[in-house]
Amino acid sequence: MEKIVKLASENGILIMSKSSCCLCYAVQMLFQDLGVHPLIYEIDHDPEEKEIEKALVRMGCSGPVPAVFIGGKLVGSTNEVMSLHLSGSLIPLITPYQALSNVK
Amino acid sequence: MNSASTHFVPSRRMGIYEPIHQLPMWGDFKGNNLLDTSSPMMLEIEAKLDNQSEDTSHGTVGPSNKYDQEASKPDDKVLRRLAQNREAARKSRLRKKAYVQQLENCKLRLIQLEEELRRARQQGLHVGGIDTSQLGYSGSINPGIATFEMEYGHWVEEQNRQISDLRNALHSDIGDMELRIFVEGGIRHYLDLFTMKATAASADVFYIMSGLWKTPAERFFLWIGGFRPSELLKVLLPHLEPLSEQQRLDVCNLTQSCQQAEDALSQGMEKLQHILAETIATAQLGERNYLTQIRGAIDKLDALVRFVVQADHLRQETLQQISRILTTRQAARGLLALGEYMKRLRALSSCWSSRPREQP
Repeated sequence: MEKIVKLASENGILIMSKSSCCLCYAVQMLFQDLGVHPLIYEIDHDPEEKEIEKALVRMGCSGPVPAVFIGGKLVGSTNEVMSLHLSGSLIPLITPYQALSNVK
Repeated sequence: MNSASTHFVPSRRMGIYEPIHQLPMWGDFKGNNLLDTSSPMMLEIEAKLDNQSEDTSHGTVGPSNKYDQEASKPDDKVLRRLAQNREAARKSRLRKKAYVQQLENCKLRLIQLEEELRRARQQGLHVGGIDTSQLGYSGSINPGIATFEMEYGHWVEEQNRQISDLRNALHSDIGDMELRIFVEGGIRHYLDLFTMKATAASADVFYIMSGLWKTPAERFFLWIGGFRPSELLKVLLPHLEPLSEQQRLDVCNLTQSCQQAEDALSQGMEKLQHILAETIATAQLGERNYLTQIRGAIDKLDALVRFVVQADHLRQETLQQISRILTTRQAARGLLALGEYMKRLRALSSCWSSRPREQP
């Protein structure tokens, strides 16, 4: 979906979220703890919420939220983020974005 | 037979909502709906039979004839009255018989249900030999949970067997290839538990969150329905020595990542608690009509299932990561240490619950 691709490419780290989703909040806290500030896009405040949800599911996100994009690419949902972090692979992915405060 | 509606018996003890069919109320049996007695022929036949019996005793009264009313009117009335009385008494006896029969049936059904209940409870009683009467899961029987408790009992028995095998293997001359099989089996056994827990969480998430299948000492360390992965690593570390420098660094990084992931999930849980509290307390407390709030809260509880599953996923990842960092022999020692640690916690619970109480 164009909107998602655009958002993902414009922001180093993007989390597609819902304001009521506490697991999304947990993922957000993890990234903050690691020193980065992802863009949190709350799809429940978007009129196209349903379309976005379907698109995320099509892209392979089981949540459908949280859906984490790093460097324009879909990393996955909570499971994938946790697995990456425990295997030590998450930090290398976000290092380029650590010093910046989410500027293009 | 009668038009009474089926009575549901919500037993607080059993929590089994079943129509114990037509739990008889005596009131249902009153009235003429048991037998059709409105037919005049019944009365006439009764009257005839009664008259014949009266013939033998009195020998005077002839068969009542409804055309011969003028002469024997008072006698007819009396006879009719007597017949009606006899009929009423007969009906009453039949009703009583039917009522007692229904009671007997219900009694048998009750005994049957209580037996099922006892058996279901007993399934959960033998959990690693620990007295589970203190587990306190005395809510209504949830088949998903009953199944889980039974499966967990088997899981603990298998766990004890595996620990024993692992101990023997480590003390023998067994080669790394063979030891690897024990290690992989051990890890798979934990993964089986997480699968069981996921199913049980869908059945009753509060049961899993409260760690009700665990012994009290284990429950003391509870974090989102299970053990805290970073704590686990700390417990295991001394048993993994000697470690290479690279391994030490990897274990340290893994512990830190674990802690960060745990903190993130804990913060998410706090937010969920906050939202749940807000949902229930919306509008004003003291308002009588709070069903909307309750229904809104139920949706939030689904999120709780996701957290439990996520926490178990973290435990699973931790186990898999540590086994990648360690050699086969170190991993075997680690699994043994973990199994023995859990076993000691269970033993602590057992000792604690059977300790002699202080006399005042």
